Amino acid sequence: MNKPLRRVAIFCGLLILALLVRVNWVQFVQADELKNDPHNRRVAIERYSTPRGNIIVDGKPVTGSTTTDSGDFKYKRTYKNGKMWAPVTGYASQAFDANQLEKLNDGILSGTDDKLFFSRTVDMLTGDKQKGGNVVTTLNAKAQKAAFEGLADKKGAVAAINPQTGAILALASTPSYDPSTFAGMSNKDSEAYNALQKKNNPDEPMLNRALRQTYPPGSTFKVVTAAAALENGLYDDVDAKTESPLPYTLPDTSGVELKNEGNIPCKDASLREALRWSCNTVFGKISADLGNKKMMDEAEKFGFNNPEIDTPVRASESIFPKDNRPQNAMAGIGQASNRATPLQMAMVASAVANDGKLMKPYMVEKLEAPNLNVVQQHTPQKMSQPLTPENAQKVQDIMKTVVQKGTGTRAQISGVEVGGKTGTAQHGENNKDNPYAWFISYAKTANGSPVAVAVVIEGSDTLRDDIAGGALAAPVAKSVMEAVLEGEK
Amino acid sequence: MSSTTNTTTVGTIGAPSRRNTELAMLVFAVLIPVFAYINVGLAKDHSVPAGVLGYALGLGLLAGVAHLVVRKWAPYADPLMLPIATLLNGMGLVFIWRLDQEPSLGSAMAPNQLMWSTFGVALFLAILIFLKDHRVLQRYTYISMVVALVLLIAPVFFPGVNGAKIWITIPGLGSLQPGEFAKIIIAVFFAGYLMVKRDALALASRRFMGLYLPRGRDLGPILVIWALSLMILVFETDLGTSLLFFGLFVVMLYVATERTSWIVFGLLLSAGGAVAVGTFESHVQTRVHNWLNPLELQGGGVTETAQAMYSFGSGGIFGSGLGQGYSRLILGIAPKSDYILATVGEEIGLAGLMGILLLYGLLIERGIRTALAARDPFGKLLAVGLSGAFALQVFVVAGGVTGLIPLTGMTMPFLAQGGSSVIANWALVGILLRISDTARRPAPAPAPSTDAEMTQVVRP
Repeated sequence: MNKPLRRVAIFCGLLILALLVRVNWVQFVQADELKNDPHNRRVAIERYSTPRGNIIVDGKPVTGSTTTDSGDFKYKRTYKNGKMWAPVTGYASQAFDANQLEKLNDGILSGTDDKLFFSRTVDMLTGDKQKGGNVVTTLNAKAQKAAFEGLADKKGAVAAINPQTGAILALASTPSYDPSTFAGMSNKDSEAYNALQKKNNPDEPMLNRALRQTYPPGSTFKVVTAAAALENGLYDDVDAKTESPLPYTLPDTSGVELKNEGNIPCKDASLREALRWSCNTVFGKISADLGNKKMMDEAEKFGFNNPEIDTPVRASESIFPKDNRPQNAMAGIGQASNRATPLQMAMVASAVANDGKLMKPYMVEKLEAPNLNVVQQHTPQKMSQPLTPENAQKVQDIMKTVVQKGTGTRAQISGVEVGGKTGTAQHGENNKDNPYAWFISYAKTANGSPVAVAVVIEGSDTLRDDIAGGALAAPVAKSVMEAVLEGEK
Repeated sequence: MSSTTNTTTVGTIGAPSRRNTELAMLVFAVLIPVFAYINVGLAKDHSVPAGVLGYALGLGLLAGVAHLVVRKWAPYADPLMLPIATLLNGMGLVFIWRLDQEPSLGSAMAPNQLMWSTFGVALFLAILIFLKDHRVLQRYTYISMVVALVLLIAPVFFPGVNGAKIWITIPGLGSLQPGEFAKIIIAVFFAGYLMVKRDALALASRRFMGLYLPRGRDLGPILVIWALSLMILVFETDLGTSLLFFGLFVVMLYVATERTSWIVFGLLLSAGGAVAVGTFESHVQTRVHNWLNPLELQGGGVTETAQAMYSFGSGGIFGSGLGQGYSRLILGIAPKSDYILATVGEEIGLAGLMGILLLYGLLIERGIRTALAARDPFGKLLAVGLSGAFALQVFVVAGGVTGLIPLTGMTMPFLAQGGSSVIANWALVGILLRISDTARRPAPAPAPSTDAEMTQVVRP
């Protein structure tokens, strides 16, 4: 009987071996994944076991922590002016996990990040409690306030960037929400959270429109089309006449006319005049003349079709589509399947303002350890060069004309060079929904441009023509630029 | 029966008894849980727990008495089994006590477990003292069968707990898990039955496609066991126990007949049975579903399976430290019994859990070594049966909790909370020690021959 006995011994050994392999798989290979799974309550327990580090704007925290007596969790997140800062901070909730900066920098904020290893070891040796570090943002409190208050009770978003560095200065989205209302885990928090969900609130207050909503960019996209025309040598002189018939028939169609808004002087208009009056016919034809490939290339240099624009909060992908000729012509004036986030359009304005150099947008300046030592510092990075400096100055020049004597006069700031472009994007089947009012602009001083901004306002009821962008969005952009300029002085 | 007395004279004459090795090991087996106990107290309350002296003395006393009894009544028994069982039992008590510190997990269970452990050790001692020779059990082959059947069928008539009917509830006294005892008794029956029938089963067979197929009449008992384990599965919805019994029978059959064809038969029958039952039983389907989707949310909530996985994952390599984990999040039915391994994994980490699993592996292999050393077929079969049952149970429970196989309702021997389990497993170790004592005991010296004396030189 000893032969089968030896085999049984081997078999039992294999059973134990299988168990050993399995526990190694679970506790070693899968360990990190399981440990950080959002449904693993330990993540939240850890996150709220000590006062959480803060998210800092202009040297002052916009977040805080307060003690609670809700079971597992010692501390609860609080927010100062939560509605205004929600698109920047995101939320951190005991019951509903976290998102945006609160989530991405959770390790720093809760003090568990490997970058804080030294500080944690010291705490352990001295018997202190583990503390969270801070996330210092690039935001400008005054600009954010101007953006948020400018949007007021309208639905829309603002994104403002420093063109020279890519630092995000304002990021507002309305209607907004106060993350304090569901930071805990009581029934009240639960109700507040549910009431904010899309199915219960069609306005989607928790949607970060500045980063995560794409809109048809409308006429603001004509800046990109103008850049494409100059970069590809289609036109060299912004004041020379273009070959632009009126009426203009879309290519490959049997007489479908591309119309302008009203009776404006667009026949053979120069780039300057075409941008000033926002001529659909001129820019539609430029897009058609260049072709889909060249238009896509230029749009991509500005950041379109890039799914990984991480600020570090990831922005939705803006799309300049691969399309047929008539659709491509429409996309050249920001319609058809052309979609852009407010951040993307701010990047367009900033690339022009920074003499053609697009900087990578970011909103975290540095991460600090609890003892305020810097554990990570952002250095501005160039993302691409959509325009040569000469061409960029030409585009700046014609954008200035728009503000001086075109559709964007409401963005004028006395004594400061401002360039901009309005837009009113059609929306819905046959343009039946209320259009989106757009405005993108930059301000420039002797030291270069300190701010580029994009504003979008949804559903501007009364105004259907191109004035909408200038009337509704431009004043918001103006106040944001003024807020930044004031800080510059 | 004559073969049982056929003990060979070639033996381990002069083999050391190894009792001192056992004593040294026992010291560790008592000290480790005592330090673990202090460790939990320091972590939870920042003070040495008040009960530490009583606990240390209690565990030390149990181990000491057990050691003395082994020294007296089973001096040649295996030296590792008792320390391993003591260590596992002691660590189990520490983990149960540690989970008692969590108010959300209900009333304290460690004191009861300590009482059951004492009863278990008492039964262990009784077996060593009163069972002078394991071959006595052979007389009770068919009585064992009847008792085992009664124990297995009885839970059908009692209300089920958490979807599994594996309990006998005696009003006023508590509940009993008869499957744990049936495991030992049925091994006795199989050993006795197979010892008698092994030749018929092994030799009277036809060759078919390279396999030796048994005759129909010999196949009968196997089909009966197969049907019985399926019935346990269907009526008591107890996946683990049915797997245990069927696996036990196949292993013992294989050892008795030395025919690989039995393994093939066993695997085919168990696979067929599992598939058939799996298609009809919703309970089993749920288990399989949970196994394949361990992290799935159910009704918006995290399942116990997922909580156990989170426990293991959060423990990582070295664990959170005793008393510093959050395995209390595994609420549900059995954080102190079925899921206790998750607490082990979280608090003493991969390193500790592997240590515990290796202890089980060592205990099992010592059991099979005993089977190898045993001189009589009944002892061999019984030892391999008990070790095999123990191995299958460890595999089924640990595999289920760690997500290697679908979860079944069984308890981790010695470690998990449960009176029946700890008593039955101490009895199991008792029987194994008795067999190993018989196996390793030196053969009695040959009777002095008068002729031989004559030839000896007598020195002045």
